[in-house]
Amino acid sequence: MRTRADQIRGWLLGAWTGLALLYLFIPVFVIAAFSFNDNQGRFNFTWQGFTLKHWQDPFADPDLALAMKNSLLIAGISTLIAVVLGTFMALALVRYSFRGRSTTDLFVFLPLATPEVVLGASLLALFLTMAVTTGFATIVVAHVMFTISYVVVTVKARLEGMDRHIEEAAMDLGASEWTAIRKITLPMIAPGVLAAALLAAAISVDDYVITSFNAGQTTTFPLFIFGATRQGVPPAVNVLATGLVLVILLLLALNVVVQRRLAARDRAAMP
Amino acid sequence: MRRWRRSPGRELSLRRRRQLVPWLLIGPGLLWLVVFFAVPLANQLYVSLQTGDPETGYQFTWAFGTYVDAIKDYHEQFLRSIGYAATATVLCLIIGFPLAYYAAFKAKPFMRNLILLLVILPFFVSSVLRTVSWQLILFDDGWIVARFRDVGLLGDDGRLLATRTAVIAGITYNFLPFMILPLFVSLERIDRRLVEAATDLYASRAQAFRHVTLPLALPGIFAGSLLTFIPACGDFINAALLGTPKQSMIGNVIQSKFLFVQDYPTAAALSFILMTFILIGVALYGRLLGTKTLMESAV
Repeated sequence: MRTRADQIRGWLLGAWTGLALLYLFIPVFVIAAFSFNDNQGRFNFTWQGFTLKHWQDPFADPDLALAMKNSLLIAGISTLIAVVLGTFMALALVRYSFRGRSTTDLFVFLPLATPEVVLGASLLALFLTMAVTTGFATIVVAHVMFTISYVVVTVKARLEGMDRHIEEAAMDLGASEWTAIRKITLPMIAPGVLAAALLAAAISVDDYVITSFNAGQTTTFPLFIFGATRQGVPPAVNVLATGLVLVILLLLALNVVVQRRLAARDRAAMP
Repeated sequence: MRRWRRSPGRELSLRRRRQLVPWLLIGPGLLWLVVFFAVPLANQLYVSLQTGDPETGYQFTWAFGTYVDAIKDYHEQFLRSIGYAATATVLCLIIGFPLAYYAAFKAKPFMRNLILLLVILPFFVSSVLRTVSWQLILFDDGWIVARFRDVGLLGDDGRLLATRTAVIAGITYNFLPFMILPLFVSLERIDRRLVEAATDLYASRAQAFRHVTLPLALPGIFAGSLLTFIPACGDFINAALLGTPKQSMIGNVIQSKFLFVQDYPTAAALSFILMTFILIGVALYGRLLGTKTLMESAV
Protein backbone atom coordinates (compact mmCIF):
# COMPACT_ATOMS: atom_id res chain seq x y z
CA MET A 1 0.00 0.00 0.00
CA ARG A 2 2.41 2.63 -1.19
CA THR A 3 0.77 5.97 -1.73
CA ARG A 4 2.13 8.98 -3.56
CA ALA A 5 2.85 10.68 -0.22
CA ASP A 6 4.91 7.66 0.82
CA GLN A 7 6.94 7.88 -2.33
CA ILE A 8 7.64 11.58 -1.87
CA ARG A 9 8.61 10.93 1.73
CA GLY A 10 11.04 8.25 0.58
CA TRP A 11 12.60 10.57 -1.99
CA LEU A 12 12.96 13.39 0.52
CA LEU A 13 14.64 11.07 3.03
CA GLY A 14 16.94 9.77 0.31
CA ALA A 15 17.85 13.29 -0.77
CA TRP A 16 18.55 14.30 2.84
CA THR A 17 20.75 11.20 3.26
CA GLY A 18 22.66 12.11 0.10
CA LEU A 19 23.21 15.66 1.30
CA ALA A 20 24.38 14.52 4.75
CA LEU A 21 26.85 12.10 3.15
CA LEU A 22 28.02 14.90 0.86
CA TYR A 23 28.62 17.06 3.94
CA LEU A 24 30.77 14.24 5.38
CA PHE A 25 32.72 13.96 2.14
CA ILE A 26 33.25 17.59 1.06
CA PRO A 27 36.56 17.92 2.94
CA VAL A 28 37.62 14.48 1.69
CA PHE A 29 37.02 15.55 -1.93
CA VAL A 30 38.96 18.76 -1.33
CA ILE A 31 41.85 16.75 0.14
CA ALA A 32 41.83 14.40 -2.85
CA ALA A 33 41.65 17.31 -5.33
CA PHE A 34 44.57 19.14 -3.75
CA SER A 35 46.74 16.03 -4.01
CA PHE A 36 46.80 16.92 -7.76
CA ASN A 37 47.53 20.61 -7.19
CA ASP A 38 50.66 22.00 -8.81
CA ASN A 39 51.38 24.21 -5.80
CA GLN A 40 54.24 26.71 -5.68
CA GLY A 41 56.10 27.14 -2.40
CA ARG A 42 55.17 25.53 0.90
CA PHE A 43 51.45 26.22 0.98
CA ASN A 44 48.85 24.08 -0.72
CA PHE A 45 45.97 26.51 -0.31
CA THR A 46 44.93 27.76 -3.75
CA TRP A 47 44.43 25.82 -6.96
CA GLN A 48 47.32 26.38 -9.37
CA GLY A 49 46.99 23.68 -11.97
CA PHE A 50 46.87 19.92 -12.38
CA THR A 51 49.90 17.73 -11.78
CA LEU A 52 50.64 14.09 -10.98
CA LYS A 53 54.04 14.85 -9.48
CA HIS A 54 52.98 14.37 -5.84
CA TRP A 55 51.68 10.90 -6.63
CA GLN A 56 55.03 9.76 -8.08
CA ASP A 57 56.84 9.40 -4.78
CA PRO A 58 54.52 10.02 -1.82
CA PHE A 59 57.00 8.38 0.58
CA ALA A 60 59.83 10.80 -0.28
CA ASP A 61 59.66 12.52 3.11
CA PRO A 62 61.06 9.91 5.54
CA ASP A 63 59.33 11.51 8.55
CA LEU A 64 55.95 11.34 6.84
CA ALA A 65 56.54 7.77 5.64
CA LEU A 66 57.46 6.73 9.17
CA ALA A 67 54.40 8.49 10.63
CA MET A 68 52.13 6.65 8.18
CA LYS A 69 53.82 3.33 8.91
CA ASN A 70 53.42 3.91 12.66
CA SER A 71 49.74 4.78 12.27
CA LEU A 72 48.98 1.64 10.26
CA LEU A 73 51.00 -0.63 12.57
CA ILE A 74 49.37 0.84 15.68
CA ALA A 75 45.92 0.51 14.14
CA GLY A 76 46.63 -3.12 13.14
CA ILE A 77 48.01 -4.24 16.49
CA SER A 78 45.52 -2.39 18.67
CA THR A 79 42.55 -3.46 16.53
CA LEU A 80 43.61 -7.10 16.79
CA ILE A 81 43.91 -6.94 20.58
CA ALA A 82 40.74 -4.89 21.04
CA VAL A 83 38.66 -7.15 18.77
CA VAL A 84 39.74 -10.33 20.58
CA LEU A 85 39.23 -8.91 24.08
CA GLY A 86 36.04 -7.05 23.13
CA THR A 87 34.37 -9.97 21.33
CA PHE A 88 34.88 -12.26 24.33
CA MET A 89 33.46 -9.58 26.62
CA ALA A 90 30.41 -9.13 24.38
CA LEU A 91 29.87 -12.92 24.32
CA ALA A 92 29.89 -13.09 28.09
CA LEU A 93 27.68 -10.02 28.52
CA VAL A 94 24.98 -11.27 26.15
CA ARG A 95 25.14 -15.04 26.63
CA TYR A 96 25.55 -15.45 30.38
CA SER A 97 23.71 -14.05 33.32
CA PHE A 98 26.01 -13.59 36.25
CA ARG A 99 26.32 -11.36 39.25
CA GLY A 100 27.86 -8.03 38.29
CA ARG A 101 26.76 -8.16 34.66
CA SER A 102 24.92 -4.85 34.54
CA THR A 103 27.74 -3.17 36.48
CA THR A 104 30.25 -4.51 33.95
CA ASP A 105 27.99 -3.34 31.13
CA LEU A 106 27.97 0.18 32.52
CA PHE A 107 31.71 0.11 33.21
CA VAL A 108 32.45 -0.86 29.60
CA PHE A 109 30.33 2.07 28.40
CA LEU A 110 32.17 4.59 30.62
CA PRO A 111 35.29 5.10 28.43
CA LEU A 112 32.94 6.11 25.59
CA ALA A 113 31.34 8.61 27.94
CA THR A 114 34.63 10.21 28.95
CA PRO A 115 36.09 13.10 26.95
CA GLU A 116 39.23 12.04 25.10
CA VAL A 117 41.24 14.83 26.62
CA VAL A 118 40.51 13.38 30.08
CA LEU A 119 41.36 9.82 28.94
CA GLY A 120 44.62 10.96 27.38
CA ALA A 121 45.69 13.19 30.25
CA SER A 122 44.96 10.67 33.00
CA LEU A 123 46.74 7.86 31.17
CA LEU A 124 49.80 10.07 30.70
CA ALA A 125 49.69 11.02 34.39
CA LEU A 126 49.76 7.31 35.26
CA PHE A 127 52.69 6.68 32.91
CA LEU A 128 54.55 9.63 34.44
CA THR A 129 53.90 8.38 37.97
CA MET A 130 55.08 4.88 37.06
CA ALA A 131 58.08 6.34 35.18
CA VAL A 132 57.06 4.55 31.96
CA THR A 133 58.65 6.08 28.85
CA THR A 134 55.90 6.98 26.40
CA GLY A 135 56.19 5.86 22.78
CA PHE A 136 54.90 3.25 20.36
CA ALA A 137 53.85 0.75 23.07
CA THR A 138 51.98 3.30 25.17
CA ILE A 139 50.07 4.48 22.09
CA VAL A 140 48.97 0.88 21.44
CA VAL A 141 47.93 0.50 25.09
CA ALA A 142 45.88 3.71 24.88
CA HIS A 143 44.25 2.79 21.58
CA VAL A 144 43.22 -0.66 22.80
CA MET A 145 41.74 0.97 25.91
CA PHE A 146 39.45 3.33 24.01
CA THR A 147 38.52 1.01 21.12
CA ILE A 148 37.53 -2.04 23.25
CA SER A 149 34.24 -0.39 24.21
CA TYR A 150 33.32 0.28 20.57
CA VAL A 151 34.00 -3.40 19.77
CA VAL A 152 31.88 -4.59 22.70
CA VAL A 153 28.94 -2.34 21.76
CA THR A 154 29.07 -3.34 18.06
CA VAL A 155 29.42 -7.09 18.63
CA LYS A 156 26.74 -7.03 21.34
CA ALA A 157 24.27 -5.48 18.92
CA ARG A 158 24.92 -8.36 16.51
CA LEU A 159 24.70 -11.04 19.21
CA GLU A 160 21.41 -9.72 20.54
CA GLY A 161 19.81 -10.14 17.14
CA MET A 162 20.99 -13.76 16.89
CA ASP A 163 18.97 -16.92 17.42
CA ARG A 164 20.16 -18.53 20.63
CA HIS A 165 18.54 -21.88 19.80
CA ILE A 166 21.11 -22.87 17.18
CA GLU A 167 23.85 -22.87 19.81
CA GLU A 168 21.65 -24.78 22.22
CA ALA A 169 20.93 -27.34 19.52
CA ALA A 170 24.67 -27.82 18.99
CA MET A 171 25.23 -28.33 22.70
CA ASP A 172 22.26 -30.74 22.92
CA LEU A 173 23.94 -32.72 20.16
CA GLY A 174 27.01 -33.06 22.36
CA ALA A 175 29.17 -30.10 21.38
CA SER A 176 31.09 -28.62 24.29
CA GLU A 177 30.57 -24.98 25.20
CA TRP A 178 33.83 -24.01 23.53
CA THR A 179 33.09 -25.99 20.35
CA ALA A 180 29.66 -24.37 20.13
CA ILE A 181 31.22 -20.91 20.41
CA ARG A 182 33.90 -21.76 17.85
CA LYS A 183 31.75 -23.55 15.27
CA ILE A 184 28.40 -21.79 15.63
CA THR A 185 28.58 -18.46 17.42
CA LEU A 186 31.77 -17.01 15.96
CA PRO A 187 30.89 -17.67 12.30
CA MET A 188 27.42 -16.23 12.87
CA ILE A 189 28.68 -13.02 14.44
CA ALA A 190 31.58 -12.69 11.97
CA PRO A 191 29.99 -9.76 10.07
CA GLY A 192 29.54 -7.92 13.37
CA VAL A 193 33.13 -8.65 14.36
CA LEU A 194 34.33 -7.40 10.97
CA ALA A 195 32.31 -4.21 11.36
CA ALA A 196 33.76 -3.76 14.86
CA ALA A 197 37.29 -4.25 13.53
CA LEU A 198 36.70 -1.69 10.78
CA LEU A 199 35.34 0.80 13.31
CA ALA A 200 38.20 0.19 15.75
CA ALA A 201 40.82 0.58 13.01
CA ALA A 202 39.12 3.74 11.73
CA ILE A 203 39.02 5.35 15.16
CA SER A 204 42.63 4.35 15.85
CA VAL A 205 43.94 5.79 12.56
CA ASP A 206 41.85 8.91 13.13
CA ASP A 207 42.81 9.65 16.73
CA TYR A 208 44.80 12.74 17.53
CA VAL A 209 43.83 13.74 21.08
CA ILE A 210 44.69 10.63 23.10
CA THR A 211 47.73 9.89 20.94
CA SER A 212 49.12 13.41 21.41
CA PHE A 213 49.32 12.78 25.15
CA ASN A 214 50.89 9.33 25.04
CA ALA A 215 53.14 9.47 21.98
CA GLY A 216 56.46 10.59 23.50
CA GLN A 217 58.90 10.89 20.59
CA THR A 218 56.82 8.70 18.27
CA THR A 219 54.90 10.39 15.44
CA THR A 220 51.68 9.12 13.91
CA PHE A 221 49.95 10.38 10.76
CA PRO A 222 47.54 12.77 12.58
CA LEU A 223 50.36 14.05 14.81
CA PHE A 224 52.49 14.75 11.74
CA ILE A 225 49.64 16.68 10.10
CA PHE A 226 48.92 18.74 13.20
CA GLY A 227 52.62 19.56 13.50
CA ALA A 228 52.70 20.57 9.84
CA THR A 229 49.68 22.94 9.97
CA ARG A 230 51.87 25.91 10.92
CA GLN A 231 54.26 25.59 7.95
CA GLY A 232 51.62 24.31 5.53
CA VAL A 233 50.62 20.67 5.07
CA PRO A 234 52.68 19.11 2.23
CA PRO A 235 50.69 17.63 -0.71
CA ALA A 236 52.24 14.21 0.00
CA VAL A 237 49.90 14.08 3.03
CA ASN A 238 46.91 14.51 0.70
CA VAL A 239 48.25 11.74 -1.52
CA LEU A 240 48.69 9.30 1.37
CA ALA A 241 45.29 10.08 2.89
CA THR A 242 43.55 9.67 -0.47
CA GLY A 243 45.53 6.52 -1.20
CA LEU A 244 44.56 4.96 2.15
CA VAL A 245 40.85 5.54 1.49
CA LEU A 246 41.21 4.01 -1.99
CA VAL A 247 43.02 0.94 -0.62
CA ILE A 248 40.31 0.40 2.01
CA LEU A 249 37.54 0.77 -0.56
CA LEU A 250 39.32 -1.73 -2.78
CA LEU A 251 39.70 -4.26 0.08
CA LEU A 252 36.03 -3.94 0.99
CA ALA A 253 34.93 -4.32 -2.62
CA LEU A 254 37.10 -7.44 -2.82
CA ASN A 255 35.45 -8.73 0.34
CA VAL A 256 31.99 -8.21 -1.17
CA VAL A 257 33.01 -10.05 -4.36
CA VAL A 258 34.45 -13.00 -2.40
CA GLN A 259 31.36 -13.19 -0.17
CA ARG A 260 29.08 -13.27 -3.21
CA ARG A 261 31.17 -16.00 -4.86
CA LEU A 262 31.04 -18.08 -1.67
CA ALA A 263 27.29 -17.57 -1.34
CA ALA A 264 26.78 -18.55 -4.99
CA ARG A 265 28.91 -21.68 -4.49
CA ASP A 266 26.92 -22.65 -1.39
CA ARG A 267 23.67 -22.21 -3.29
CA ALA A 268 25.01 -24.33 -6.15
CA ALA A 269 26.10 -27.06 -3.73
CA MET A 270 22.62 -27.34 -2.29
CA PRO A 271 20.41 -30.00 -3.89
CA MET B 1 26.10 -45.72 46.58
CA ARG B 2 29.45 -44.18 45.94
CA ARG B 3 28.20 -42.56 42.78
CA TRP B 4 25.29 -41.11 44.63
CA ARG B 5 27.55 -39.59 47.25
CA ARG B 6 29.96 -38.08 44.77
CA SER B 7 27.37 -36.53 42.54
CA PRO B 8 26.51 -33.41 44.63
CA GLY B 9 30.18 -32.46 44.56
CA ARG B 10 30.30 -32.89 40.81
CA GLU B 11 27.15 -30.86 40.35
CA LEU B 12 28.67 -28.07 42.36
CA SER B 13 31.87 -28.05 40.40
CA LEU B 14 29.95 -27.97 37.15
CA ARG B 15 27.87 -25.08 38.40
CA ARG B 16 30.95 -23.29 39.58
CA ARG B 17 32.53 -23.83 36.19
CA ARG B 18 29.40 -22.42 34.55
CA GLN B 19 29.81 -19.31 36.66
CA LEU B 20 33.48 -19.10 35.91
CA VAL B 21 33.14 -19.12 32.10
CA PRO B 22 31.75 -15.57 31.74
CA TRP B 23 34.49 -14.19 33.97
CA LEU B 24 37.14 -16.00 31.94
CA LEU B 25 35.73 -14.38 28.82
CA ILE B 26 35.42 -10.95 30.40
CA GLY B 27 38.59 -11.07 32.48
CA PRO B 28 41.31 -9.95 30.05
CA GLY B 29 39.32 -7.05 28.59
CA LEU B 30 38.07 -5.96 31.99
CA LEU B 31 41.60 -6.05 33.40
CA TRP B 32 42.79 -3.84 30.53
CA LEU B 33 40.04 -1.30 31.22
CA VAL B 34 40.65 -1.34 34.97
CA VAL B 35 44.42 -0.84 34.65
CA PHE B 36 44.40 1.72 31.83
CA PHE B 37 41.08 3.48 32.40
CA ALA B 38 39.89 3.23 36.03
CA VAL B 39 43.27 3.35 37.76
CA PRO B 40 44.42 6.43 35.76
CA LEU B 41 41.18 8.24 36.67
CA ALA B 42 41.70 7.45 40.37
CA ASN B 43 45.31 8.56 40.06
CA GLN B 44 44.10 11.78 38.43
CA LEU B 45 41.90 12.48 41.46
CA TYR B 46 45.00 12.07 43.65
CA VAL B 47 47.04 14.39 41.39
CA SER B 48 44.32 17.05 41.46
CA LEU B 49 44.75 17.42 45.22
CA GLN B 50 48.51 18.03 45.03
CA THR B 51 50.35 21.34 45.23
CA GLY B 52 53.78 22.43 44.03
CA ASP B 53 55.35 23.55 40.77
CA PRO B 54 56.98 21.83 37.79
CA GLU B 55 60.54 22.49 39.05
CA THR B 56 60.32 21.15 42.60
CA GLY B 57 57.62 18.57 41.97
CA TYR B 58 54.15 18.12 43.45
CA GLN B 59 53.11 16.88 46.91
CA PHE B 60 49.76 15.58 48.07
CA THR B 61 48.18 18.18 50.38
CA TRP B 62 44.38 17.80 50.08
CA ALA B 63 44.49 21.00 48.04
CA PHE B 64 40.79 21.53 47.32
CA GLY B 65 41.63 25.17 46.59
CA THR B 66 42.79 24.10 43.10
CA TYR B 67 39.17 23.27 42.23
CA VAL B 68 37.93 26.67 43.42
CA ASP B 69 40.65 28.49 41.48
CA ALA B 70 40.04 26.38 38.38
CA ILE B 71 36.34 27.26 38.33
CA LYS B 72 37.07 30.92 39.04
CA ASP B 73 39.63 31.18 36.23
CA TYR B 74 38.01 29.04 33.58
CA HIS B 75 34.23 29.12 34.05
CA GLU B 76 33.99 31.00 30.75
CA GLN B 77 35.64 28.14 28.82
CA PHE B 78 33.45 25.61 30.65
CA LEU B 79 30.24 27.36 29.73
CA ARG B 80 31.44 27.88 26.16
CA SER B 81 32.37 24.18 25.77
CA ILE B 82 28.98 23.07 27.02
CA GLY B 83 27.17 25.60 24.80
CA TYR B 84 29.13 24.62 21.68
CA ALA B 85 28.82 20.90 22.38
CA ALA B 86 25.07 21.12 23.04
CA THR B 87 24.48 23.12 19.84
CA ALA B 88 26.56 20.65 17.83
CA THR B 89 24.68 17.70 19.36
CA VAL B 90 21.30 19.13 18.35
CA LEU B 91 22.61 19.79 14.82
CA CYS B 92 23.99 16.23 14.61
CA LEU B 93 20.60 14.86 15.64
CA ILE B 94 18.82 16.96 12.99
CA ILE B 95 21.27 15.92 10.27
CA GLY B 96 21.73 12.33 11.42
CA PHE B 97 18.23 11.13 12.30
CA PRO B 98 16.74 11.19 8.77
CA LEU B 99 19.89 9.50 7.46
CA ALA B 100 19.73 6.73 10.08
CA TYR B 101 15.98 6.37 9.46
CA TYR B 102 16.51 6.07 5.72
CA ALA B 103 19.29 3.51 6.18
CA ALA B 104 17.27 1.45 8.66
CA PHE B 105 13.86 1.43 6.94
CA LYS B 106 14.02 2.56 3.32
CA ALA B 107 17.36 1.39 1.94
CA LYS B 108 17.97 -2.05 0.43
CA PRO B 109 20.55 -4.19 2.29
CA PHE B 110 23.41 -3.32 -0.08
CA MET B 111 22.57 0.39 0.04
CA ARG B 112 22.32 0.22 3.82
CA ASN B 113 25.79 -1.27 4.17
CA LEU B 114 27.15 1.28 1.71
CA ILE B 115 25.68 4.18 3.70
CA LEU B 116 27.16 2.86 6.95
CA LEU B 117 30.53 2.36 5.27
CA LEU B 118 30.45 5.91 3.91
CA VAL B 119 29.72 7.20 7.41
CA ILE B 120 32.85 5.48 8.79
CA LEU B 121 35.14 5.98 5.80
CA PRO B 122 36.09 9.65 6.44
CA PHE B 123 37.75 8.55 9.71
CA PHE B 124 40.54 7.03 7.66
CA VAL B 125 41.40 10.49 6.32
CA SER B 126 42.10 11.57 9.92
CA SER B 127 39.96 14.21 11.61
CA VAL B 128 42.92 16.59 11.85
CA LEU B 129 43.40 16.60 8.08
CA ARG B 130 39.67 16.98 7.44
CA THR B 131 39.58 19.93 9.84
CA VAL B 132 42.57 21.46 8.04
CA SER B 133 40.58 20.93 4.87
CA TRP B 134 37.64 22.90 6.33
CA GLN B 135 40.15 25.63 7.13
CA LEU B 136 40.99 25.72 3.45
CA ILE B 137 37.33 25.68 2.37
CA LEU B 138 36.30 28.47 4.75
CA PHE B 139 39.34 30.71 4.47
CA ASP B 140 38.95 34.43 3.83
CA ASP B 141 39.87 34.51 0.12
CA GLY B 142 38.10 31.26 -0.65
CA TRP B 143 35.16 30.51 -2.92
CA ILE B 144 32.61 29.99 -0.14
CA VAL B 145 33.32 33.28 1.62
CA ALA B 146 33.19 35.12 -1.73
CA ARG B 147 29.76 33.60 -2.55
CA PHE B 148 28.44 34.33 0.95
CA ARG B 149 29.51 37.96 0.47
CA ASP B 150 27.85 38.07 -2.96
CA VAL B 151 24.48 37.04 -1.62
CA GLY B 152 24.81 39.23 1.44
CA LEU B 153 25.04 36.48 4.07
CA LEU B 154 28.37 38.02 5.08
CA GLY B 155 29.44 41.67 5.11
CA ASP B 156 32.31 42.82 2.90
CA ASP B 157 34.86 42.11 5.61
CA GLY B 158 32.83 39.30 7.15
CA ARG B 159 34.60 36.00 7.61
CA LEU B 160 33.76 32.40 8.39
CA LEU B 161 37.09 31.11 9.62
CA ALA B 162 38.03 32.03 13.18
CA THR B 163 34.41 32.46 14.23
CA ARG B 164 32.07 30.68 16.62
CA THR B 165 30.08 29.39 13.65
CA ALA B 166 33.15 27.72 12.17
CA VAL B 167 34.03 25.99 15.44
CA ILE B 168 30.48 24.71 16.01
CA ALA B 169 30.21 23.57 12.37
CA GLY B 170 33.56 21.79 12.75
CA ILE B 171 32.45 19.99 15.91
CA THR B 172 29.15 19.01 14.27
CA TYR B 173 31.08 17.67 11.30
CA ASN B 174 33.57 15.70 13.37
CA PHE B 175 31.08 13.99 15.68
CA LEU B 176 28.25 13.30 13.23
CA PRO B 177 29.21 9.59 12.75
CA PHE B 178 29.03 9.06 16.52
CA MET B 179 25.41 10.22 16.42
CA ILE B 180 24.44 8.25 13.31
CA LEU B 181 25.72 4.79 14.33
CA PRO B 182 23.79 4.38 17.63
CA LEU B 183 20.69 5.93 16.02
CA PHE B 184 20.88 3.37 13.24
CA VAL B 185 21.33 0.46 15.65
CA SER B 186 18.25 1.39 17.70
CA LEU B 187 16.09 2.13 14.65
CA GLU B 188 17.05 -1.11 12.95
CA ARG B 189 15.92 -3.09 16.00
CA ILE B 190 12.39 -1.70 15.83
CA ASP B 191 9.83 -4.28 14.80
CA ARG B 192 8.13 -2.75 11.76
CA ARG B 193 4.98 -4.69 12.50
CA LEU B 194 4.36 -2.38 15.47
CA VAL B 195 4.22 0.63 13.14
CA GLU B 196 1.97 -1.30 10.75
CA ALA B 197 -0.30 -2.19 13.65
CA ALA B 198 -0.52 1.48 14.57
CA THR B 199 -1.46 2.53 11.03
CA ASP B 200 -3.91 -0.37 10.76
CA LEU B 201 -5.57 1.02 13.85
CA TYR B 202 -6.06 4.33 12.01
CA ALA B 203 -3.06 6.23 13.32
CA SER B 204 -1.79 8.73 10.78
CA ARG B 205 1.83 8.39 9.62
CA ALA B 206 2.80 11.29 11.88
CA GLN B 207 1.00 9.79 14.87
CA ALA B 208 2.59 6.39 14.30
CA PHE B 209 5.99 8.05 14.15
CA ARG B 210 5.41 10.11 17.28
CA HIS B 211 3.85 7.38 19.40
CA VAL B 212 5.61 4.25 18.15
CA THR B 213 8.86 4.85 16.26
CA LEU B 214 10.16 7.78 18.29
CA PRO B 215 9.69 6.21 21.76
CA LEU B 216 11.36 3.01 20.53
CA ALA B 217 14.24 5.05 19.10
CA LEU B 218 14.80 6.92 22.38
CA PRO B 219 17.66 4.66 23.59
CA GLY B 220 19.49 5.38 20.34
CA ILE B 221 18.83 9.11 20.60
CA PHE B 222 20.12 9.03 24.16
CA ALA B 223 23.24 6.98 23.33
CA GLY B 224 23.97 9.05 20.22
CA SER B 225 23.60 12.31 22.13
CA LEU B 226 26.00 11.07 24.81
CA LEU B 227 28.56 9.85 22.29
CA THR B 228 28.40 13.23 20.54
CA PHE B 229 27.99 15.65 23.42
CA ILE B 230 30.59 14.20 25.79
CA PRO B 231 33.58 13.98 23.43
CA ALA B 232 32.56 17.34 21.94
CA CYS B 233 32.77 18.94 25.40
CA GLY B 234 36.42 17.95 25.64
CA ASP B 235 37.33 18.64 22.01
CA PHE B 236 40.13 21.06 21.28
CA ILE B 237 41.13 20.41 17.66
CA ASN B 238 38.26 22.40 16.15
CA ALA B 239 38.76 25.38 18.44
CA ALA B 240 42.51 25.27 17.75
CA LEU B 241 42.24 25.01 13.96
CA LEU B 242 38.99 26.81 13.13
CA GLY B 243 38.78 29.33 15.98
CA THR B 244 40.81 31.91 17.84
CA PRO B 245 41.63 32.12 21.56
CA LYS B 246 38.23 33.83 21.86
CA GLN B 247 36.63 30.47 21.00
CA SER B 248 38.97 28.37 23.12
CA MET B 249 37.27 25.50 24.92
CA ILE B 250 38.06 23.67 28.14
CA GLY B 251 39.88 20.96 26.18
CA ASN B 252 42.36 23.56 24.95
CA VAL B 253 43.00 24.66 28.54
CA ILE B 254 43.47 21.10 29.85
CA GLN B 255 45.78 20.21 26.99
CA SER B 256 48.02 23.26 27.40
CA LYS B 257 48.04 23.01 31.22
CA PHE B 258 49.11 19.42 30.94
CA LEU B 259 51.52 19.35 28.02
CA PHE B 260 53.01 22.87 27.96
CA VAL B 261 52.65 24.52 31.40
CA GLN B 262 52.95 21.15 33.20
CA ASP B 263 50.52 22.33 35.86
CA TYR B 264 49.26 18.78 36.46
CA PRO B 265 47.00 19.45 39.48
CA THR B 266 45.03 22.18 37.70
CA ALA B 267 44.71 20.04 34.55
CA ALA B 268 43.47 17.13 36.69
CA ALA B 269 41.04 19.32 38.63
CA LEU B 270 39.67 20.74 35.36
CA SER B 271 39.17 17.19 34.07
CA PHE B 272 37.13 16.26 37.12
CA ILE B 273 35.04 19.42 37.03
CA LEU B 274 34.30 18.66 33.37
CA MET B 275 33.32 15.07 34.22
CA THR B 276 31.04 16.31 37.03
CA PHE B 277 29.35 18.80 34.71
CA ILE B 278 28.85 16.04 32.16
CA LEU B 279 27.44 13.54 34.67
CA ILE B 280 24.94 16.12 35.95
CA GLY B 281 23.99 17.00 32.39
CA VAL B 282 23.56 13.34 31.44
CA ALA B 283 21.37 12.69 34.49
CA LEU B 284 19.16 15.69 33.68
CA TYR B 285 18.92 14.66 30.04
CA GLY B 286 17.96 11.11 31.05
CA ARG B 287 15.22 12.56 33.27
CA LEU B 288 14.05 14.73 30.42
CA LEU B 289 13.70 11.79 28.06
CA GLY B 290 11.93 10.09 30.88
CA THR B 291 12.90 6.43 30.92
CA LYS B 292 14.53 5.06 34.03
CA THR B 293 16.12 2.13 32.27
CA LEU B 294 17.34 4.31 29.42
CA MET B 295 20.98 3.97 30.40
CA GLU B 296 20.69 0.20 30.56
CA SER B 297 18.95 -0.10 27.23
CA ALA B 298 21.36 2.38 25.66
CA VAL B 299 24.49 0.39 26.47
